[in-house]
Amino acid sequence: MNKIPAMQLAAWLMALSVVAMGLGLMTGSLGWEWGVLWTDPIVQDIRLPRTVGAWLAGALLGLAGALAQGLFRNPLADPYLLGSASGASLGVAIALSLGLWGSASFADMSQAMQWAMRLGLTGMAFVGAWAAVLLTLLLAKGVEHTLRLLLAGVVVGVVLGALTSLLTLISPQTLPAMQSFLLGNTSMLSGQACVLMAIVLLLCAGLSWIFSPLLDGLRLGESTAQSLGLRVVPLRIVLLAVMGLATATAVAQTGLIAFVGLVAPHLVRAKFVGRSASMLVLSSLMGGVLLTTADVLARGLWAPQELPVGVLTGVLGGGYLLWRIHSSQMAGSSV
Amino acid sequence: MLKFLLGVCLGVWLHTAQAVTVVDDRQVAVTLHQAPQRIISLLPSLAETVCVLGACSRLVGTDKHANWPASVKALPKLGGLDDTQLEALVRLKPDVVLLAKSARIIARLEELGIPVLALEPQTPADVKRVLQTVAMVLQLPDAQVQADKVWQGIQQQVDQAQSRIPAQAMNATVYFEASTGGYAAGEASFIGDILLQLGLKNIVPKDMGPFPQLNPEFVVRANPQLIVLAQPMATNLAQRPGWSGIAAIKNKRVCVFPSGQADILVRPGPRLGEAALLISDCVQRSFAP
Repeated sequence: MNKIPAMQLAAWLMALSVVAMGLGLMTGSLGWEWGVLWTDPIVQDIRLPRTVGAWLAGALLGLAGALAQGLFRNPLADPYLLGSASGASLGVAIALSLGLWGSASFADMSQAMQWAMRLGLTGMAFVGAWAAVLLTLLLAKGVEHTLRLLLAGVVVGVVLGALTSLLTLISPQTLPAMQSFLLGNTSMLSGQACVLMAIVLLLCAGLSWIFSPLLDGLRLGESTAQSLGLRVVPLRIVLLAVMGLATATAVAQTGLIAFVGLVAPHLVRAKFVGRSASMLVLSSLMGGVLLTTADVLARGLWAPQELPVGVLTGVLGGGYLLWRIHSSQMAGSSV
Repeated sequence: MLKFLLGVCLGVWLHTAQAVTVVDDRQVAVTLHQAPQRIISLLPSLAETVCVLGACSRLVGTDKHANWPASVKALPKLGGLDDTQLEALVRLKPDVVLLAKSARIIARLEELGIPVLALEPQTPADVKRVLQTVAMVLQLPDAQVQADKVWQGIQQQVDQAQSRIPAQAMNATVYFEASTGGYAAGEASFIGDILLQLGLKNIVPKDMGPFPQLNPEFVVRANPQLIVLAQPMATNLAQRPGWSGIAAIKNKRVCVFPSGQADILVRPGPRLGEAALLISDCVQRSFAP
């Protein structure tokens, strides 16, 4: 297969990002609109933040996905591996149910409930995602054993998922809101959310660039990495934290967007082999392109109706993965 | 003459341009500087409230579920509470957006400087309060009187419904199935309140919450004399385990409402009088000798 140098691929992805964002600005509630007025408050206040926000969320997920696959040396690893998705869902379910119970009076609530109400959906999703990752690390008794981490992640995912189901069953009125979070949604992104995600993206990309030699070392196996002089455990903790932060931030703002984090690194790998540092940045760019494109399609395909963006990423991402599995390249190699 | 006319116009303008401040169900004080002429409702019962107060023509958009009165069906549909189409909504340039407290879009609309009023009627008492609040927001002349008039009409319907309940149906036990999966409407729900006012005894007491999911055994054990449910749930009732022995099934005292009417029963809005009449009609029919 033809491989492309990192800089060239990055340039391509940036160009694609610009095109996708341009289309994003032109896709409105009534379908495509050629010639966008910058002064139009609808473009400035609604389309711009949601388009940029979709790119940023996608970039965060792409980065987290590449980190997950590198850290666990598993092509099926995704950003939600350590339970952050189910943690975020539980956080949102709690916030939604509290919103119902809390309708009586704010003052009567316990301290913890008041605190949860103030955090709101976004805050609770973020806290939930983090809490789940911490719980996973705790259950795995640290980060030394890859398999134990993976299993702990599965356990946390199942248990928190069950609690979420229980909550929505007790208060079925929260079901539609819950569904919209689970599917992922970019339509409510604001300028503030964009600034927040941009800061987190810069931080995460910077940290993972600096500590990426661990991933290069891990490719040769854990013991080899250790013998190369890499301090595997502390580095792994840092990178897991970066992955958790990137995932929690994206999930809190956009809900559980499927497959972007899983597919972005695969797409990059199809065109590029090289250092992990470049791999991470390219995956991040790819994630941004993917989610912006999906967002444009979600708005444009059925306008003025809107599809939840998560449905599109799921269908497109799943389709792509299936195609990769059946194509000969993947059957023989280890991806 | 011209001066006089101008004076009249100015007077009218001053009258209508008074700022009004109302406190919504989030306990947030919302100030509207003018009587809103372009209103968007994201909750069907709120669109109904605006319409019964005679301001239907001021609605410019609704959520996807709003379907009464017929005129709102023609308005642009802007999604639901959780998937509101923000851009389409903003494009309609609303003066105020009426919605439920749980609407995700509230924070975003406030950022964009669009006034939002979160009202969430859940009980008949709420319906009255929401009528009054909306009448104030609309800045109708004699807002309170108008709201009271509508409420009195509703009360009359409820009274009428009450008087139609046959004596032998008084205190009859009733099971209201709210949705598939065994969710019941308890005494604490909106419809439960109406059933109570009609003198029927709900098998789901208040402390179980408004829409609890019941163990199927619970219904069989409670042995209700009347069962109320909507069309989609009403097939093969007697074949549900244990149901063939329930008094309501044996005596064929089952009220089945087509889904169009089910809207009236479950929406805590100004059609609650109509809901009471629907139920009393059915009770009358099923308890006829």
